[in-house]
Amino acid sequence: MVKVFEKPKALTDKPFHYCPGCTHGIIHRLVAEAIDELDIQQKTIGVAPVGCAVFAYDYFNCDMMEAAHGRAPAVATGIKRVHPDKVVFTYQGDGDLASIGAAEIVHAATRGEKITTIFVNNAIYGMTGGQMAPTTLVGQVTATSPYGRQPEIAGYPIRISEMLSTIEGAAYIARVSVHDIKHLMQAKKAIKKAFEIQIKGKGFSIVEVLSTCPTNWGLTPIEALNWLKENMIPYYPLGVKKDIDGGGE
Amino acid sequence: MPKVTFKEDLCKGCELCTTVCPRGIVTIAKDRINKKGYNPAIVTDMDKCTGCAFCARICPDVVIEVEK
Repeated sequence: MVKVFEKPKALTDKPFHYCPGCTHGIIHRLVAEAIDELDIQQKTIGVAPVGCAVFAYDYFNCDMMEAAHGRAPAVATGIKRVHPDKVVFTYQGDGDLASIGAAEIVHAATRGEKITTIFVNNAIYGMTGGQMAPTTLVGQVTATSPYGRQPEIAGYPIRISEMLSTIEGAAYIARVSVHDIKHLMQAKKAIKKAFEIQIKGKGFSIVEVLSTCPTNWGLTPIEALNWLKENMIPYYPLGVKKDIDGGGE
Repeated sequence: MPKVTFKEDLCKGCELCTTVCPRGIVTIAKDRINKKGYNPAIVTDMDKCTGCAFCARICPDVVIEVEK
């Protein structure tokens, strides 16, 4: 008997605190699998965000740093510049990266920092109780948009990957999803590629992973995966947005 | 013969694994609750398992191990 699937070494034994069916757990595992496959656990340094993934430093079995809200790319910049031989990644949600941290991510990409960002987009603020985020879809009901997001009041959801793909310093940008087996395998491939781009020193890399929030969306975990597929993917199209190493749209 | 092991006490009963099994042998144990207070996911008929690991890959809590 050979183990064909087990917990990756780059995850600790601490059980995740996430709500039942939250895809943060899947995304954590995909990142850890990529670290294992590239055999970089001993030289990887992660930066945890503020948000549901705030305890990511307990879950990843590598050196971790906690950043102030939205400032993970700035912290990662410092770490990478002091330790250019290390692999540095940030793990950030949409409330962290697309709102308070929007300037940090744009300028980390502009400077072409050789870091990798895992951007988990679930179109809502999860940890604080389901408020409207910059990524909340038009018409989506949240705690602070009880009649659905209305563009005339709250504007439109921001497509971070497309925006960053106009920036010269960004080397690899992809948007992936984890709503079924096929897509989560593609997501892992993209995350691995993003790390490889950093290791090759090509520039900034980011993988936007569409994720669910069953609790704050008010859906069961299974319904939430379907909601992601039917509502988020049409507005946030999947695919490689930029790849200076070949490929892309 | 492939074998899957569910670390039942880590399961949060989200049921995602039950939707991806090509053989339809992963289900939720309605007759018991685990330490966390959820009905855990189980395999009903291990003989039918092909070891595809789909259940393990969709599981957000790394509950499942697969041997082949």
